[in-house]
Amino acid sequence: MSSVRVLVGTRKGGFILTSDGTRDRWSVSGPHFGGWEIYHIKGSPADPNRLYASQSSGWFGQVIQRSNDGGQSWEPAGNQFTYEGVPGTHQWYDGTPHPWEFKRVWHLEPSLDDPDVIYAGVEDAALFRSTDGAKTWQEMPGLRGHGSGPNWTPGAGGLCLHTILLDPANASRMFIAISAAGAFRTDDGGQSWTPINKGLRSQYIPDPNAEVGHCVHRLGMHPSRPNVLFMQKHWDVMRSDNAGDLWTEVSGNLPTDFGFVLDVHAHEPETIYVVPIKSDSEHYPPDGKLRVYRSRSGGNEWEALSKGLPQENCYVNILRDAMSVDALDSCGIYFGTTGGQVYGSANAGDSWSAIVRDLPPVLSVEVQTLK
Amino acid sequence: MIRVALPQHLQTLARVGAEVEVPVSGAVTQRAVLDALESRYPVLRGTIRDQTTFKRRAFVRFYACEEDLSHDPPDTLLPDAVVRGVEPFLIIGALAGG
Repeated sequence: MSSVRVLVGTRKGGFILTSDGTRDRWSVSGPHFGGWEIYHIKGSPADPNRLYASQSSGWFGQVIQRSNDGGQSWEPAGNQFTYEGVPGTHQWYDGTPHPWEFKRVWHLEPSLDDPDVIYAGVEDAALFRSTDGAKTWQEMPGLRGHGSGPNWTPGAGGLCLHTILLDPANASRMFIAISAAGAFRTDDGGQSWTPINKGLRSQYIPDPNAEVGHCVHRLGMHPSRPNVLFMQKHWDVMRSDNAGDLWTEVSGNLPTDFGFVLDVHAHEPETIYVVPIKSDSEHYPPDGKLRVYRSRSGGNEWEALSKGLPQENCYVNILRDAMSVDALDSCGIYFGTTGGQVYGSANAGDSWSAIVRDLPPVLSVEVQTLK
Repeated sequence: MIRVALPQHLQTLARVGAEVEVPVSGAVTQRAVLDALESRYPVLRGTIRDQTTFKRRAFVRFYACEEDLSHDPPDTLLPDAVVRGVEPFLIIGALAGG
């Protein structure tokens, strides 16, 4: 029988939630690496027992952990992230040049077909790759070097590369997103990159239609249709039908189009999920009601999903990497909150229940569907 | 052998107790002790000082014999009591944040 493993990164450790395919009863393991920030844990699609975790601390820096047994045991891997060549500068909050400095790994994206190949999105924004199971890391310098890097500016959370999407139909193509630079695409395996931000409009930058400078919070893609991308921008939910060449807004009837997470139903490429957040200063749901919004039409028309979610006095946030879906017949959706709850739905969002309620603030949620 | 006391998070990471001993040949300096420590426990590379610049991480402090040695140049000789193994070289996670 199939089972599900939910990998949860929090401010004070990692947790692994497991259930059989019914998703009725859950076991919780953790904290793994207690006291450390676990920005992200993700499993290899090619070997689900191979997990990678980004472990970091303001005191002791970055550690990468690797598991070969689905998270039962871990071993530290390589943690040296050195920018290629002269790191140069990006733009600081006050507009002055600021040296590129490695701070942490936000997102780990294992290759679709080789468990030893993995990509890391880091702060200050850059993309690294390991081809030896995370023992050593090399920057893919074409991204920072494509020309606009000196003009990138950090968002409130830092200059972070937080999203990496691998195109399952084209091994040379991938998409990344940076706060606050925007989205980028490579068509040659990472040697060169193109900003793909046409159609985005951001009032908070001097030129609202600029080629770079947009605060993209999250990208989503269904693996069967990699030319169709969805985006939760700082404000605005967007869609592209041409691999990012042009975006159109699909916020439609959302109560607010600010938010962080976005994900796509495992079996319905036009069904997408967001969690609207009241505003960029308040960072909690409107009216104290936690509601996931689902569109079955790829955007514009949205329905609120609230059954089982708190509908009063709820003032948590859902961070950009904290939603994921399983691939069981009835698609499961999971998300974690800054209040430490991890909610799950085994029926594509129709109803929800808390798998666990009192974890440290949740930074990331990933799901593995195990056969 | 030089005694080195580690903060709890680094004990967990290196899978050791509160104090370890490392051999240092030649002058016993902060740099020599950290080199020996990282050589014996490679997982600690990058957690105490930067792997490229070897600059102490901002929220890590070095104490010994009731003195704060954090700002001493890395090639300064450590106190005699540390050299003789009477006192440990303390690596501390500074009080900062929650």
